[in-house]
Amino acid sequence: MNQYKEELNPETNQDQLLQEMTQSDYKYGFVTDIESDTIEKGLSEETVRLISGKKNEPAWMLEFRLKAYRHWLTLPLPTWPHLTIPEIDYQDIIYYSAPKQKKSLSSLDEVDPELLDTFNKLGIPLDEQKLLTGVAVDAVMDSVSVKTTFKKNLADLGIIFCSFSEAVQEYPDLVKKYMGTVVPYRDNYYAALNSAVFSDGSFVYIPKGVRCPMELSTYFRINAANTGQFERTLIVADDNAYVSYLEGCTAPMRDENQLHAAIVEIIAMDHASVKYSTVQNWYPGDKEGKGGIYNFVTKRGMCKGVHSKISWTQVETGSAVTWKYPSCILRGDHSVGEFYSVAVTNNYQQADTGSKMIHIGKNTKSTIVSKGISAGRSQNSYRGLVRVARNADNARNFSQCDSLLLGDKCGAHTFPYLEVDNQSAIVEHEATTSKIGEDQIFYCNQRGISTEDAIGLIVNGYAKEVLNQLPMEFAVEAQKLLQISLEGSVG
Amino acid sequence: MLKIVNLKAAINGKEILKGLNLEVKPGEVHAIMGPNGSGKSTLAAVLAGREIFEVTEGQIMFEGKDLTTLSPEDRAREGIFLGFQYPIEIPGVSMNNFMKTAVNEVRKYRGLTPLTAGEFLKMMREKKELVEIDSKLTNRSVNEGFSGGEKKKNEIFQMAMLEPKLAILDETDSGLDIDALRIVANGVNKLKSSENAVIVITHYQRLLDYIVPDFVHVLYNGQIVRSAGKELAYELEEKGYDWIKKEVDQLEAN
Amino acid sequence: MTSYELIDTVQELKKLYLIQKEELGLRLPAALTQIQQDAFNAFNQLGIPTTKAENYRYTDLKPSFSKIYKTALSSQEIQIEEDALFNCDVPNLDTQVEFILNGRYVARQLDLTVLPSGVVYGSLLNAWSEFPELVGKYFAKAADYKDDGLVALNTALALDGFFLFVPKNRQIKDTIQLITMLDHTDNLAVNTRNLIILEDNASAHILVCDHTFGESHFLSNSITEIFAGENASFHLTKMQNANNHSTCLDGNFIYQQANSQVIANAISLHGGLIRNHFHVKLDGEGANNITSGLYLTDRNQQITNHTLIEHLKPHCMSSQLFKGVLDDEAIGAFNGKIHVHPDAQKTEAYQVNRTILLSDTAKMNTKPMLEIYADDVKCSHGATIGQLDDEALFYLQSRGISKKEARLMLMYAFMDEVVSTIQIPGLKERVEELVSKRLRGELSRCNHCDFKCH
Repeated sequence: MNQYKEELNPETNQDQLLQEMTQSDYKYGFVTDIESDTIEKGLSEETVRLISGKKNEPAWMLEFRLKAYRHWLTLPLPTWPHLTIPEIDYQDIIYYSAPKQKKSLSSLDEVDPELLDTFNKLGIPLDEQKLLTGVAVDAVMDSVSVKTTFKKNLADLGIIFCSFSEAVQEYPDLVKKYMGTVVPYRDNYYAALNSAVFSDGSFVYIPKGVRCPMELSTYFRINAANTGQFERTLIVADDNAYVSYLEGCTAPMRDENQLHAAIVEIIAMDHASVKYSTVQNWYPGDKEGKGGIYNFVTKRGMCKGVHSKISWTQVETGSAVTWKYPSCILRGDHSVGEFYSVAVTNNYQQADTGSKMIHIGKNTKSTIVSKGISAGRSQNSYRGLVRVARNADNARNFSQCDSLLLGDKCGAHTFPYLEVDNQSAIVEHEATTSKIGEDQIFYCNQRGISTEDAIGLIVNGYAKEVLNQLPMEFAVEAQKLLQISLEGSVG
Repeated sequence: MLKIVNLKAAINGKEILKGLNLEVKPGEVHAIMGPNGSGKSTLAAVLAGREIFEVTEGQIMFEGKDLTTLSPEDRAREGIFLGFQYPIEIPGVSMNNFMKTAVNEVRKYRGLTPLTAGEFLKMMREKKELVEIDSKLTNRSVNEGFSGGEKKKNEIFQMAMLEPKLAILDETDSGLDIDALRIVANGVNKLKSSENAVIVITHYQRLLDYIVPDFVHVLYNGQIVRSAGKELAYELEEKGYDWIKKEVDQLEAN
Repeated sequence: MTSYELIDTVQELKKLYLIQKEELGLRLPAALTQIQQDAFNAFNQLGIPTTKAENYRYTDLKPSFSKIYKTALSSQEIQIEEDALFNCDVPNLDTQVEFILNGRYVARQLDLTVLPSGVVYGSLLNAWSEFPELVGKYFAKAADYKDDGLVALNTALALDGFFLFVPKNRQIKDTIQLITMLDHTDNLAVNTRNLIILEDNASAHILVCDHTFGESHFLSNSITEIFAGENASFHLTKMQNANNHSTCLDGNFIYQQANSQVIANAISLHGGLIRNHFHVKLDGEGANNITSGLYLTDRNQQITNHTLIEHLKPHCMSSQLFKGVLDDEAIGAFNGKIHVHPDAQKTEAYQVNRTILLSDTAKMNTKPMLEIYADDVKCSHGATIGQLDDEALFYLQSRGISKKEARLMLMYAFMDEVVSTIQIPGLKERVEELVSKRLRGELSRCNHCDFKCH
């Protein structure tokens, strides 16, 4: 199925939407039957060495992992989020699982057909002929990258887009120079864990003055049972470079919870601009709150250069528990940070998400737009920090954090922190909480629109400001996702 | 009264006024017209001393004093009044307190004693009648919740209170219906004398039917490119600005 | 919550509890000593809150509790000569003036007055002995000492303070002016406890003026519990004017029943470290609460306003407005939360915090929070940190008003919104004048009292 192409036909689109509204809730819940190279459950220094060994990593990489692991052992679990998380047994998780493939793949034909089929089913065809032009994909299943498309076209421009493991082998100097500079392994509990056991992820380097001509995209898939996914992404945009990066993710429906703890680091040099978009659709658990992914992610960008810009857009519909604060450190003078988020929670989902904007350079500017939608018995929190350092003259921040409640058993919360240490700063925060007006729904009903569709319409309108930030292909996907996530939320 | 010589002014390093010359004598009414972005409002703001504009070259002499060295308040006390294109709302500051402070500061500067409460109220009443402003408005905070027309009337009311020597009215006619326009213009005319002068900045000839100018200037690209009598305004109304733009651009090209 | 160990003050306070128990234990009502014992145990667990505790994130109490203080135990032998000693800057009101000195109610005539109407006012300690059932029914019911170290400390140690009981359908028309003074040649730590009970349809107004005398370092940890019955109406205004070495920790716990209305203001003019805490429980339909604060903070002063407004029942309304100006090295914090419980449908709750920074070294931390578990609600909050509006400043200057004067006008205008919430006749004007004086730097102290705030 090539869903991207179908999107272009509005009529099919509508029919498909209706069909989806009435069918199963989570359509990515299938399991691929493929043989995996899986290590034993449990976490120790031995596990760390084993993972590093499997990847044939250089000594410095193993050293980094071990330092992170030892530090992780000293850390307590963070308790400050507005989340209820059952205790996680870190010894009951598999830290490495790779789908078995023939060695040394050189062309697409050699990718295991099972895998190709899996990604086809997810709407991510890895065949360049069938791909929507303009999007290069790195497909990651469980612990390893399966395939990266359009690599050669990009290489012609000097752009590096490959799996993280490959980057460690091929571009060790770049990895060494930038890895851990934005999110040090000491940063927090999950960052330390990821730094110790991360398996794969994507690496992007855009050289000076290059505007990446296509969207770069990584698709993450958890397949194996009892496996944690710990990927790591590093994006470096050199002076005057531009890239738009997309991330998508799904997992099978399973009764037990699975852990996903990722790190994304972005570095933008002088006049560079990076746009990072996420449509997060990990399995959220069933209607009773059973199963689902624990999504604990540290995403942070460093606007290192003058006039640099990092923009985060996220549509969060999946996961049982989300803990995620894509942030910007605005170090370069005149740098710009943006965060646009729609977070939907339904049934027993919990989300504690938001952003941090740290103003350090002069004349820096940040914008936060967060739209939370809670339904069922879910809890949805915005948590954000805007900090203006003493020397960050003329810093500007505007935050708008709105919550929409569907139903009287859910919760919507706002926890903003504004810390201003400079007189010339202007920091503004606004938030509202409301429900969908009965008159709005009635108006739609009167025009022949069902209540479920009306809610879809209204929610999409409510989230429009954020959805507009997404690249076209993703925006359509995201709109559908919002509607599907809220299925059954009205009774 | 006012003599501007080769005035150049910039904002954030971008030059807006590019060598402007203008002379205004007591008793005169000058109209400044010009296309959008030509620098009309910048000229008004620079004359009043808005600090975001930097005077990079030239002179502004007012009654023999170099205006550029004076703070905005001292310019006001010297007798310059700016009628704002977009009057500012100041919640929490009552019109009464605002005007009383302003009038008395100006008086102090001119070596006069402050008005007593009674004198002040009497003056408020007289001037309110003069510009036909509703008493209710002066009981509120400065411009807060005023309609567009009320704000403009309030500007003329303040002008009446402060009795300036030179009033600069920056697009005072924009956003006014015909009745409000008449009231505003009447107010200006009543305040006119042989001692004071008015600079009217406007897009439209309409206002000039009410406030008849002695001179009409066209401001384009930061300079006054044409000056004539009031007939110039009619010509502009009829033909627009394009012919002047063309002429000027051609001249420059040569 | 972790606690600081080995701070002299904490050890001294613990000792004080034991001494107090031994000396006064038998003379105090059993119900009180039991609560004190429980609270003392709780304090031993909780300790003094640190900045690691979310509610104290922006308020570092360590310096305040690292000093050595004398603690007041027995009643002070200080005679109050009302007019001669103290003439507060807010008089000229039809007020009934009451005094608290170093945590003890100071009687001019009676320790406890019982009016024919049934209104009772005076010393809380005396109220315990005369009306143990009434006091026992309310005491420590709004201020939970089990989860906050400062509340536990106060509950364990406080003996006295102001008590007011207004029975059903009674209205006290005159404003009660409660002047709380700290006066000692030594550094002094004081725990004061006030209890205010308004039965159904009752109403009262209280103006609290906090003052310090002399230059000693004072640590004041006071708690006021307020109970408003159905349809009751209560108005609380606090004027805080303490010296720069003083720490004022001021907890207000307000419990409101159906259709009651409470308006509370904290006007913080002066003080070394001030932390105002307002915990409001709206526990009856139609209850209405307006809580606001104004802070004018400069030099090394610190101000924190902390609120928790709990909507427990449907159809309640709450509104918070906190505004202030920070200059010099001042540090300000606002930490406010609206908590809408499940089933509290049709809630309307608003919260605004706006701060103006006047110097490069002043610092503001703001944390406006919403925690909402009901869907049919109208809630919003807004926070801004910034400067005076440049455009407005220019507009004023262009009318001949000097920059200095224009700045004062704008600052004053900025505050006006908060002052306007004061609805006690006559008081609003007096507060306006005080705020204006404070802005002009003329209020380094109250006119007639001789303490210096520098």
